[in-house]
Amino acid sequence: MKEKWDLIIKPQQKLLNLDLKEIWRYRDLLTLFVKRDIVTVYKQTVLGPVWFFVQPIMTMLVYVVVFGNVAEISTDEIPKPLFYLSGIIIWNYFSECFMQTSNTFSTNQDMFGKVYFPRLIMPLSKVVSGLIKFTIQFSLFLIVYLYFIIDGEAAISASLSLLLIPFFMLLMAGLGLGFGLIFTSMTTKYRDLQFLIQFGVQLLMYATPIIYPMSLIEGKLKMVISLNPLAHIVEAFKYSFLGRGELSFYGLAYATVFTIVVLIAGVLIFNRTERNFVDTV
Amino acid sequence: MSDIVLSVENLSKQYRIGEIGTGTLSNDIKRWWAQARGKEDPFSLVGQVNDRTKKAESDFVWALRDINFEIKQGDVLGVIGKNGAGKSTLLKLISRITAPTVGSIKAKGRIASLLEVGTGMHPEMTARENIYLNGAIMGMTKREISRKFDEIVDFAGCALYVDTPVKRYSSGMRVRLGFAVAAFLEPEILIVDEVLAVGDSEFQKKAIGKMKEVSEEGGRTVLFVSHNMVSVRNLCTSAIVLNQGQVAYTGNAENAISYYLKAEDKSHIDLIDRTDRQGNGQLLFTKIEFLNSNKEIVKQVFAGESVQVNLHYKVCEKFDASKMILVIQFLDNQEQMMAAFPSDEHGTVFNIDFENKKGVISLTIPQLLFRPNDYFIRIISFLGDTRAENQIDSVSNADKIKILNNDFFAPGRLIRNGNCALLPGNYSS
Repeated sequence: MKEKWDLIIKPQQKLLNLDLKEIWRYRDLLTLFVKRDIVTVYKQTVLGPVWFFVQPIMTMLVYVVVFGNVAEISTDEIPKPLFYLSGIIIWNYFSECFMQTSNTFSTNQDMFGKVYFPRLIMPLSKVVSGLIKFTIQFSLFLIVYLYFIIDGEAAISASLSLLLIPFFMLLMAGLGLGFGLIFTSMTTKYRDLQFLIQFGVQLLMYATPIIYPMSLIEGKLKMVISLNPLAHIVEAFKYSFLGRGELSFYGLAYATVFTIVVLIAGVLIFNRTERNFVDTV
Repeated sequence: MSDIVLSVENLSKQYRIGEIGTGTLSNDIKRWWAQARGKEDPFSLVGQVNDRTKKAESDFVWALRDINFEIKQGDVLGVIGKNGAGKSTLLKLISRITAPTVGSIKAKGRIASLLEVGTGMHPEMTARENIYLNGAIMGMTKREISRKFDEIVDFAGCALYVDTPVKRYSSGMRVRLGFAVAAFLEPEILIVDEVLAVGDSEFQKKAIGKMKEVSEEGGRTVLFVSHNMVSVRNLCTSAIVLNQGQVAYTGNAENAISYYLKAEDKSHIDLIDRTDRQGNGQLLFTKIEFLNSNKEIVKQVFAGESVQVNLHYKVCEKFDASKMILVIQFLDNQEQMMAAFPSDEHGTVFNIDFENKKGVISLTIPQLLFRPNDYFIRIISFLGDTRAENQIDSVSNADKIKILNNDFFAPGRLIRNGNCALLPGNYSS
């Protein structure tokens, strides 16, 4: 008689063992984790969610002064606050996704060591709560954006590619998540990477057209920066809202393929790690 | 249809011992190279039996080796064994926290593990929010939790504080809240690890009652790991004894407990040679003797006979003898305490012979009145007060004494067998 088991635990499982059905069954947990992330950050603060605005505004002001006025880096005739702010908020989303998922194992080792749930829920929830923070910061950007549109003096024009914004966000999330999954899996064994992540993200930002427009870059340097998939997404994002920048089909196609590869690699390596990480962390 | 809900086959788990980190990269490459050629993992061949008292011979150790057992629906299986026997590793494997090295586990239905209560609870959030979060971590859906919410709050007894952040709770209340959520899980298989060790006695009773109810009425299966033989006996229908990562005994709970205690019974070793003692060692007990009413050294006495317990000691370091507290306890074969003789409450002040560095402490018991059985002696000594960190020298199972049947109360009336202390008294009507 052949018996029917609901669950079989074995040592070595298939290379890609992604149980989407199980993740779907735990969707309530995902929303609760998101809620926890958002609610607990500003408990016992007076200003509460207002703090979500403060960081991008302050960063923007610093950029306006340092890169705009002191270093006098061109912003392609776009008002400086708008130029920097657009870059900051989309970069924030990537770095939030990446930083938060890249410490999944190390920050949750206590919980992971005590109870089972599909581990992928954790990084996914970080991506979603990052999206909520992005939405709040995006509304700030919209206010500034509308101010300059109504003002009418600056040469900004939105383009039809605005419709692609959700797709750009998806790419950003995919890249952040994919890299995060790879890094968190590697750090369980090799702690060295933790140090790399800290300043790696900082450096990566300078390889992405956040504080400068792509049009400023020429020659070999442009080739190098074009290798960075984030550059194409950020440029496309800026172009959609501001009408300046590059919307390159090949660039976006490259970024898409890159994202898919990183994401698949991330999920694969994460899956392999999660089964035994408790023993090595 | 078979009603086996959990089946464990040839389960083994290997751990690396010593420092993890140095040399892992080269080992990783070797391992990867072997796998790439389709060969067996070179490191799974080595490894030694898990005996923590022996010195390591290789870098790998089998925390569990060839574990086989099955649980039927509605059974409560106890897992007992001393520290490091592999109990927690077994639970971790079954609850999918870490993967086995060899072997498989097959299960029917949902498994929920309670290796800790209140996992993932966030101190800043209210009890309400935490019940939802903790429930979801345990695998419940929002709807299930909403349905049982009032019951959970009621069981935890925290209705008044539902909207208070958990950080304001006492630690006991936090545990109750966590357990309450867990108690209303409806998995087919529930895995519980010594969580009952926390909380007050009222709550422990509640918790044990709930677990019984779950298995008896709900027909659900429970896997229970504990050091507490009393709760294992109260709760479990069958039990396995783990020793050095292997199953040493499988059977009903009662037999498993006595097997375990017999294996743990070190009373045949001379007291002076015992290494499993606690305390600072300023004074060490070297020998224990029982003297019957004729002042003969014996191993057994009749129920109700007078007994003198002689404790020989040697002094290793001078201390303030007037502050010494000695407690001699009698325990039954299920590790339940039957009687205690605390010197501080007796008002005894000891004279320790610091000149000769050795001597004898005697305890005279006018009537040692227990039901006929074997009883174990535990010696605990303290300096100053009875906190665990103030122990001088303490030994469990220091020796055992056999109580023989006797007609103590009335001529010709033998006392029934059992394990219980009796007290003299007179009925009248």
